[in-house]
Amino acid sequence: MTAIPHDDHAHHGPATGLWRWVVTTNHKDIGAMYLWFSFAMFLLGGAFAMVIRAELFQPGFSLVEPEFFNQMTTMHGLIMVFGAVMPAFVGLANYMIPLMIGAPDMALPRLNNLSFWILPFAFLILVSTLFMAGGGPNFGWTFYAPLSTTYGPPSTVFFILAMHIMGASSIMGAINIIVTIWNMRAPGMTWMKMPLFVWTWLITAFLLIMVMPVLAGLITMMLLDITAQTSFFNAAGGGSPLLFQHLFWFFGHPEVYIMILPAFGIISAIIPAFARKPLFGYASMVYATAAIAILSFFVWAHHMFTVGMPFAAQLFFMISTMIIAVPTGVKVFNWVATMIGGSMTFEVPMLFAIAFVVLFTIGGFSGLMLAIAPVDYQYHDTYFVVAHFHYVLVPGAVFSIMAGVYYWLPKWTGHMFHEGLAKVHFWMSFIGVNVAFFPQHFLGLAGMPRRIPDYPLQFANFNMISSMGAFLFGLSQLLFMFIVIKCVMGGKKAEAKPWEGAEGLEWDLPSPLPYHTFETPPKIK
Amino acid sequence: MASSTHDKTPAYYVPESSRLPIAMAFTLFLLAWGGAGVLQNVSGIQQNSSGVWILSVGLVMFAATLTVWFTKAAREHMAGLNSEQLQESYRQCMKWFIVSEAMFFAAFFGGLFYVRAFELPWMAGEGAKAATGMLYEGFEYTWPLLTNPVPEAVPGPQEAMHWTIPLINTTLLITSSVTLTFAHHALRKEHRASLKNWLLATIVLAVVFLGFQAYEYYEAYAHLGLTLDSGIYGSTFFILTGFHGVHVIMGTIILIALYFRVLKGHFTGPDHFGFEAGAWYWHFVDVIWILLFFVVYIF
Repeated sequence: MTAIPHDDHAHHGPATGLWRWVVTTNHKDIGAMYLWFSFAMFLLGGAFAMVIRAELFQPGFSLVEPEFFNQMTTMHGLIMVFGAVMPAFVGLANYMIPLMIGAPDMALPRLNNLSFWILPFAFLILVSTLFMAGGGPNFGWTFYAPLSTTYGPPSTVFFILAMHIMGASSIMGAINIIVTIWNMRAPGMTWMKMPLFVWTWLITAFLLIMVMPVLAGLITMMLLDITAQTSFFNAAGGGSPLLFQHLFWFFGHPEVYIMILPAFGIISAIIPAFARKPLFGYASMVYATAAIAILSFFVWAHHMFTVGMPFAAQLFFMISTMIIAVPTGVKVFNWVATMIGGSMTFEVPMLFAIAFVVLFTIGGFSGLMLAIAPVDYQYHDTYFVVAHFHYVLVPGAVFSIMAGVYYWLPKWTGHMFHEGLAKVHFWMSFIGVNVAFFPQHFLGLAGMPRRIPDYPLQFANFNMISSMGAFLFGLSQLLFMFIVIKCVMGGKKAEAKPWEGAEGLEWDLPSPLPYHTFETPPKIK
Repeated sequence: MASSTHDKTPAYYVPESSRLPIAMAFTLFLLAWGGAGVLQNVSGIQQNSSGVWILSVGLVMFAATLTVWFTKAAREHMAGLNSEQLQESYRQCMKWFIVSEAMFFAAFFGGLFYVRAFELPWMAGEGAKAATGMLYEGFEYTWPLLTNPVPEAVPGPQEAMHWTIPLINTTLLITSSVTLTFAHHALRKEHRASLKNWLLATIVLAVVFLGFQAYEYYEAYAHLGLTLDSGIYGSTFFILTGFHGVHVIMGTIILIALYFRVLKGHFTGPDHFGFEAGAWYWHFVDVIWILLFFVVYIF
């Protein structure tokens, strides 16, 4: 029998210096790294968005070449989806799920660290394509073939392989989360006692395991079309560009829910805490989440109403899409019902949560409009679509992440954040996001197509307003960074449970958290 | 609270730190970066001379890191560090990994289904989107597709792949699943000699399968004109059988590693997760083949 290195046995503190972060197996370290990485990507993707909005500030080619503009829209989308939103939720899962279920760590701690460290390398490759001959990906974040295969830049192979390792990271992370929840709950933590954040992540991890491999298969076909002249997406050889879109959206639509289900979990933790009432309809929340996840596999072609599908298919996808509004409506109803009659206070996490409920619902409604096939013929590929998904992703997913960060920041750092500055951050973000994206509805309805660097004069006013909102929103995120760093450095000492109405195992632990928690499982009442 | 101990549940083994993850992440970086360079070079998209070196270093590091990682995991287990709960984590992890693998193949099966059930009939002027046929005058849908919609641009294969060798291969793989199950039963009953023999038989069957598969590819390229660039029939044929073949190679490597562990006296009747995981993987590869045999070769 070979001896196991000695340091593996003892459970003392972390290694010192930067090396600690490289070799760590601790879920809190890894969660923190995910969150910082995500924030860095958020700023980078945000910088690209600023380039887009600066170019669109007024008509005409004023700032960048159209070719570079295309790379900016593509990279903005890819980085925000795969680099900012997804890793942020995985980071929150890493940090919070073991605390919420009373587990000592994630199920497979080394695999966990691998999942994280793949990401910086993957994004290094992805971002470096911008500096390669022919430029980076310029075909939109959906990388439709044949635009990305026949007409893509030479760097497309680098893009594909970066996506491959990023996908591997997601799959490993998802497996880890699902096994942690399934196998590591403290005795007495039954399924229906789990916090909703844990429930939503269980279902999200399932979605990830189901669809990330499909994305891997799809980009493998792309790779072969590019390098080995296969005909998957080439009609001349009997393939079909539509095959690309079907496979992409079979991945892409569940992916959309991957980016919003954990948000539902966060909001379902925060609203009861500040309404000082238990969540209304806990069980229905669980079933609604599961229903949304299952339905998400049957709605993908609503992204493709205009490609020339049979009418029967359009009808099917239109109806299945609308059915999703039912479980989503259950959720919104439950959040509102939780607030009704509660003794509400409006600390910063709650402000973000309420803004989430209102603005996400607006995004949901525009989604319903887009789901109506005959109407979608008009809206398809216009700024209306841009407005819709930015409403569900920015004041939806991103606001929920910020709400979660403010909610758990005292627990992580042991300090309270500066409430006044955080309120300024909230209001700047709230105003910025609406000024940026609400006018885009009007632009889209009036016929402005998405992904263009120039536009006719009649769109000038709304574009200028939208750009100003975007700049305000972008600026306010620097304030967010300042608030978080200030809170990490110091501040008023946080109690174990800084929010009066907060529920959950994590609040039984001291703030800041000790390096190892729940080494023996807690007893759940 | 953390202090309220629960005596029955043993502590979960959390390694303090590990250099393996960063080594593997860096390895994947080399594989992706080098692989992309090699693909650019081979396909003539762009000159790239450094790719092949980066990829080679990546491959060596990949083999080394995986070996060290699995060796370490096995040693930890044999040192008694892994509680029953941790072993359950490993089992569940493997099951979900296989689910993800199944979905990887689902993308290719789904692609084949879409092309055959919808796209090609439409291009031949049949079905709900028959108007598509106007673009491809004279195109007729047959499967295997030997004449592509635009044969001047993408010439089709001369002949389709026959099902005799695949039938032999199906027999080989099903037999290998049976022999592996015999090995598994022998392990449960602690019949070490029988375990070794059945495991060896499985490995031999796997290698023979790969031999036939290589011969079939040679035939396809040398005599049938069935190549990657011969249209959608060749594309789907090679992506399905190719990725299956890659999985057989990985499965064979796993079986060989298991064989050497058996020789070293690893695994006991009640405790043999490594073996079990390898067996699950092998049966999974077998099931994919049976599906593939019917969809690719027969129908």
